[in-house]
Amino acid sequence: MRLPYYPGCTLKTTAQNFEESALASARALGVELVELPRWNCCGTVHALAKDDVMHYLAPIRNLIRVEEMAESGLVDEKRVVTLCAMCYNTLKRANAVVKEDQEKMQKVREIMERENPYGGSVQVVHLLQVLRDLDWSKVADRVERPLKGLRVAPYYGCLLLRPRGFGIDDVDNPQVMERLLEALGAEVVNIPFKTKCCGAYHTVQMKEVVAELSHRILDQASSAGADMVATACPLCEYNLGPRQEEVKKLFRGFAPLPVVYFTQLMALAFGLEEATGFEQNDPDPRPALRARGLLKEES
Amino acid sequence: MMDDEVEMVTIYVMGKRHRVPAGLTIMKAMEYAGHQFRRGAGCRGGFCGACATIYRTKGSYKLQGALACQKIVEDGMYIAQIPFSPAEKKTYNIEELRPDAGVFLEYYPEIARCLSCNTCTKACPQDIMVMDYVQAALRGDVEEAAKLSFDCIGCGLCAVRCPAEIVPYNIGQLARRLYSRHIVGPTEHVLKRVREIEEGRFDEEIEELKTLDREALQERYETRERRL
Amino acid sequence: MSPEPSRLALRFKPENASFKAKVAELSGEEIDLCFQCGACSSGCPLTAEMDLLPSKVIRYVQLGEEAVLESKTIWVCSTCFNCEVRCPRGIDIANVMEALRQLMLRKKYDRVSLDALEPEELRGLPQIAIISNLRKLTA
Repeated sequence: MRLPYYPGCTLKTTAQNFEESALASARALGVELVELPRWNCCGTVHALAKDDVMHYLAPIRNLIRVEEMAESGLVDEKRVVTLCAMCYNTLKRANAVVKEDQEKMQKVREIMERENPYGGSVQVVHLLQVLRDLDWSKVADRVERPLKGLRVAPYYGCLLLRPRGFGIDDVDNPQVMERLLEALGAEVVNIPFKTKCCGAYHTVQMKEVVAELSHRILDQASSAGADMVATACPLCEYNLGPRQEEVKKLFRGFAPLPVVYFTQLMALAFGLEEATGFEQNDPDPRPALRARGLLKEES
Repeated sequence: MMDDEVEMVTIYVMGKRHRVPAGLTIMKAMEYAGHQFRRGAGCRGGFCGACATIYRTKGSYKLQGALACQKIVEDGMYIAQIPFSPAEKKTYNIEELRPDAGVFLEYYPEIARCLSCNTCTKACPQDIMVMDYVQAALRGDVEEAAKLSFDCIGCGLCAVRCPAEIVPYNIGQLARRLYSRHIVGPTEHVLKRVREIEEGRFDEEIEELKTLDREALQERYETRERRL
Repeated sequence: MSPEPSRLALRFKPENASFKAKVAELSGEEIDLCFQCGACSSGCPLTAEMDLLPSKVIRYVQLGEEAVLESKTIWVCSTCFNCEVRCPRGIDIANVMEALRQLMLRKKYDRVSLDALEPEELRGLPQIAIISNLRKLTA
């Protein structure tokens, strides 16, 4: 199955490990994620003001690429797969708005001028949905190295779940990452704040605030005995991971906790160690994985 | 020349009406109409980017960009020159930079404001995919940004049109510098030519040129143009 | 924040109608549906940084009080939609916050100055952070 894949900017830089592990794991399950040609930044976040047209150009342009791709036979479906939670939300919501609002669709077409008109035939999904549709037993069957004994706290954040009608799972108690982790053989650690905000883009100019919010989430995970947190968003990963430097400054005695992408754990369990990219994570999750016997000792 | 001998068209330069011969470039038409260029004219050959001009044609809402030395006047054209686009050019030591997305965000963080509206591409007189190279830079694809922006002559029309206040030509220039310094490195033919210059291979010709008077220089220049 | 909440007359003044209508139009939300239960405020992860609780912001808008534009709250909101899923009246409070931000941004107000950000810091941040930040907080 060849599906169109929209990476988004960050997947090419600080979240390369997310992309690499996702592509390899999907391939192992028979899903070929084919990158969109000539994609542009989705312009995250979704334009909420009702009279906004300009901010629809970026997401819709990408959806036009998906239609073009399908037309030229590069992919089998017009279901575009995203990895980044914010790209997912931005593309999905823009798609829904222009399909509903013909006047807006028309304006977008007129301003774009040089593009093929968007036919509205694209469906925006997140990789977690694709995996769920495959069936968890298929994922479990592919596992070569079960993540036995690894205690993982899934963290969803905001835009995979909210607002209502745009999430990939139940808005109050999502289970999709839990099911995946179980299929991989890991032990799920439930934290009440798995859907609370990490502070998102405030990390640029209010990093102390982000550190406060991240600390609450990380502290819950640590207290519940998690070895690491799993996420599906490069901004959550940054705020919960590298921003622990700021958390340490605010909270004495804070013990670092690794934060990984769910796809990295999938790649590990599938025996695709070269595609895990754990060396890019900060804090380093490898000591915790070694402690559980899931990675070889450092040579 | 009289109106009945040559086909004439009407143009409006900064709102003032002029009758000028059809077939002239905007630059020549403006000179015909009595304008003297102190800024906004350079090589007159479409290479230097000094004569950026915006215009609208009769009956069209479209605001278009052109090089005055290249674009032929049309009847009913409204013309304004933009000889300079105010933009800060950052100072950096290319040797110390790494060719990745971070470098663009460090020096020109406003690229994160790109709306993908493509207005820059529509404004570009060189038909460059400006939005595409800005987007490539944003995701750290230095090679793509360098290659797509290769024909940029820095006329500045993209920068005055960008609603996100990005200066695309600065991004392209940084991408090309990073690409040539850190990705391809110095090429053999450039190194060879630098060696030749250092060895004095062209000294004699330069000395000869210095002795020529204006007419002789002009003759040489024009012969060279024909040879090309 | 002015005027002081305590001194704010809890009575809708007809001259405030246009501001209220503008917010309703930009946000697409029916603001009078709110009955001030406070569920949005109780679920908001960022109230510690706010000068007005989200529910109070809605109250200001109900009253058409333009002073709400001076509130820090509208900029502290990170658009996480926790309030949206909690509101029993179906108001998307995040949309209202966005409308209020837009009213400021469209008057050439920048909440974040790009020029003031440290180049070293910018270099290390993921694009997703800068893109969404500038999208939300600059004109």
